Amino acid sequence: MEIYMDNAATTRVYPEVVQLMNKIMEEDYGNPSSLHMKGVEAERYIRHAREILAGILKVEEKELIFTSGGTESNNLAIIGGALANQRAGRHLITTRVEHASVYQPMMFLEQMGFEVTWLPVNAYGLADLQALREAIRPDTILVSMMCVNNEIGTIEPIADAAAIIKECNPSTLFHVDAIQGFGKVVLHPKRIGVDMLSVSGHKIHGPKGTGFLWVRDKVKVQPLILGGGHQKGMRSGTENVPGVAGMARAAEIEYTDFENKLTHLYGIRSYFIEEIEKLEGTVVNGGRSRGTLNQPAAEHPEACAAPHVVSVSFQDIRAEVLLHALEEAKIYVSSGSACSSNHPAISGTLKAIGVEKRYLDATVRFSFSFDTTKEEIDECMAQLGRLLPMLRRYTPDGRKRGGKRV
Amino acid sequence: MYKAFLIKYGEIGIKGKNRYLFEYALMDQIKFSLRKVDGQFEVTKEQGRVYVEALTDYDYDEVIKALSRVFGIVAICPVVLCDNNEWSNLCQVTGDYMERTYPDQHLSFKVFARRADKSYPKKSMEIGADMGEYLLDRFPDMTVDVHNPDVSLNIEVRERTYIYSISIPGPGGMPVGTNGKATLLLSGGIDSPVAGYMIAKRGVKIDAVYFHAPPYTSERAKQKVIDLAKIVAAYAGPINLHVINFTDIQLAIYDKCPHDELTIIMRRYMMKIAEHIALEEGSLGLITGESIGQVASQTMQSLRATNAVCTLPVYRPVIGFDKNDIVEISEKIGAFETSIQPFEDCCTIFVAKHPVTKPNVRAIERSEHHLVDVIDDLLKTAIETRETILCE
Repeated sequence: MEIYMDNAATTRVYPEVVQLMNKIMEEDYGNPSSLHMKGVEAERYIRHAREILAGILKVEEKELIFTSGGTESNNLAIIGGALANQRAGRHLITTRVEHASVYQPMMFLEQMGFEVTWLPVNAYGLADLQALREAIRPDTILVSMMCVNNEIGTIEPIADAAAIIKECNPSTLFHVDAIQGFGKVVLHPKRIGVDMLSVSGHKIHGPKGTGFLWVRDKVKVQPLILGGGHQKGMRSGTENVPGVAGMARAAEIEYTDFENKLTHLYGIRSYFIEEIEKLEGTVVNGGRSRGTLNQPAAEHPEACAAPHVVSVSFQDIRAEVLLHALEEAKIYVSSGSACSSNHPAISGTLKAIGVEKRYLDATVRFSFSFDTTKEEIDECMAQLGRLLPMLRRYTPDGRKRGGKRV
Repeated sequence: MYKAFLIKYGEIGIKGKNRYLFEYALMDQIKFSLRKVDGQFEVTKEQGRVYVEALTDYDYDEVIKALSRVFGIVAICPVVLCDNNEWSNLCQVTGDYMERTYPDQHLSFKVFARRADKSYPKKSMEIGADMGEYLLDRFPDMTVDVHNPDVSLNIEVRERTYIYSISIPGPGGMPVGTNGKATLLLSGGIDSPVAGYMIAKRGVKIDAVYFHAPPYTSERAKQKVIDLAKIVAAYAGPINLHVINFTDIQLAIYDKCPHDELTIIMRRYMMKIAEHIALEEGSLGLITGESIGQVASQTMQSLRATNAVCTLPVYRPVIGFDKNDIVEISEKIGAFETSIQPFEDCCTIFVAKHPVTKPNVRAIERSEHHLVDVIDDLLKTAIETRETILCE
């Protein structure tokens, strides 16, 4: 049995999506810009995808810009948003737990002379909204905040953040990186006062290389990819028709029977946490219970979790070693943040939420899909129960603790 | 423009009666390195020279790149072939060659003529003098300098005439396969691929051993070693990479031996395994990337301790090199970027905080005695269950 618990890295494409994409690639392969029937057919897929996605977010169809994925969407929102609005000011705000596709563009803009304020987070990874309120200035043009943290699954209080931003400076734009949130949280960005929202296709069982940026009507963004003027000039390049159609189909499936699926997945997550805490030397990072887009009540700050991500630190175990040991049992997980796990840089999020230094290199991310079952969790726990004592015997510090020197 | 390449080789020329063996090995290696290059080539040996002739269109840069990786080649000279040896035609072709090769004609030259075809009406000296005169007439900016010419123009009259003046340096060394085979202990680091390259350069065929320790080392670490073996193979010819599962041995050492001696004991077993495989595969020695004092396991005392388990000679070509020197070669052979990919190898996972730097062989042997019940079986299993991957 193969147990894939790395759904925050990427997901298996739904069979219905593969089927649809196959049909488009084999039969309806036209270029949506072509004037003939083949082109019109292809354009229909794009229109239909817009209808579906706009319907889910409750936004206008024309407000969607299809991109090559989450990274491009974030770049377009931040760099494009900053460039188009720099006459109003050159101050930007973001948090210390953002994904690289947000903080790298931010750092790029810093080099270009923009000023960036990096908001701190609390032990659950929640952005400090008081700090946000104090940071907003008349020349603040953009705030960027993630919806769901990719490393620990925290749902950020973006509804409250939006209210604060609009109260302090109505002309400041609010961008939300919803790459981990879309498909796991009900998102109606327009209603809560968000201006731009990034989404990726392959995190929701759609194809890789797909995504979109929603940009509220009238918000100015400088396009970054220039060419034939596709998508009203906002993103040139022939549309990835099968990809866009596939992503929309995946989103449609993801949001069907959503409440029930969500309840099931939160059940899975709670069960996982319950079971893993029975194992010796484990610490669960981030929020515990079902979160919302609003700030959690002060007495329940742990209620800020997305359903699909659990971050666990293991005492005296190197994350990479545990990852490979689980891999031998066909259980697939990530160490730190999967997108950049190739280079063992220490995670920014874990540092920012104050994870102890000895745990930084000892933290594994388990991430589920709606298809994850209780049996898979049981198998995973059985393997962990077998592996942890074994691996602890063989870490540089392990033997000193319990053992005698031979 | 160039239809052929003259291959100059150095040391082979002095190998007396064995010379033909070296020449054939060189020709084999040339053919091998050209197999992936587009186009058809013929490799021939003629009066103590090796020629590569292109029978079809080909990519010049690709050929030079392939040839400059063949050990034994000292220089590669791109040659223009003149099919019609009639004097006025020969002058025309030679002049055109000079015009195209040296568009800025302010230079001094000397003609080196050879007449292999003794029936040719002009003698070598006459060819040189007359061609010089023709060129001086045609290119007024050129001068002749017989002592220190900018350009040495070679004209060899055979059935066809070979014209060349450019000499591209080759890697030197000796053709792989002329000096037996040795087994390289290949890790994922910078040093061992360089060591393999350097020994291969002396004509030695390479076999390699890699110690894999899943789950402590990842599949990617193994892939990296395969990639490195392929990079060395571009020079050394196909390499058989033996992948040894070392986990159980490592854990046994970890369990039963003092921590500060882990690395040195581990390396001794690696050498034992490598030697066993070397003897099985017909190798005449082991190769390591060790350099004196670089790390705890490479002090003089440690080297003595690891060396003590082998009977085969252990070749350590970078033994006196600083890291910078090794990096320079690593970059030159195109291994550096692969070598510095950050994947754990089995030497770094179980390293003690303060490993012994001056191990005493007796003490180490006493520590190894703790393993006496299990180690033979573990070594046997590790050797028998090895995976062999052909890297080329």
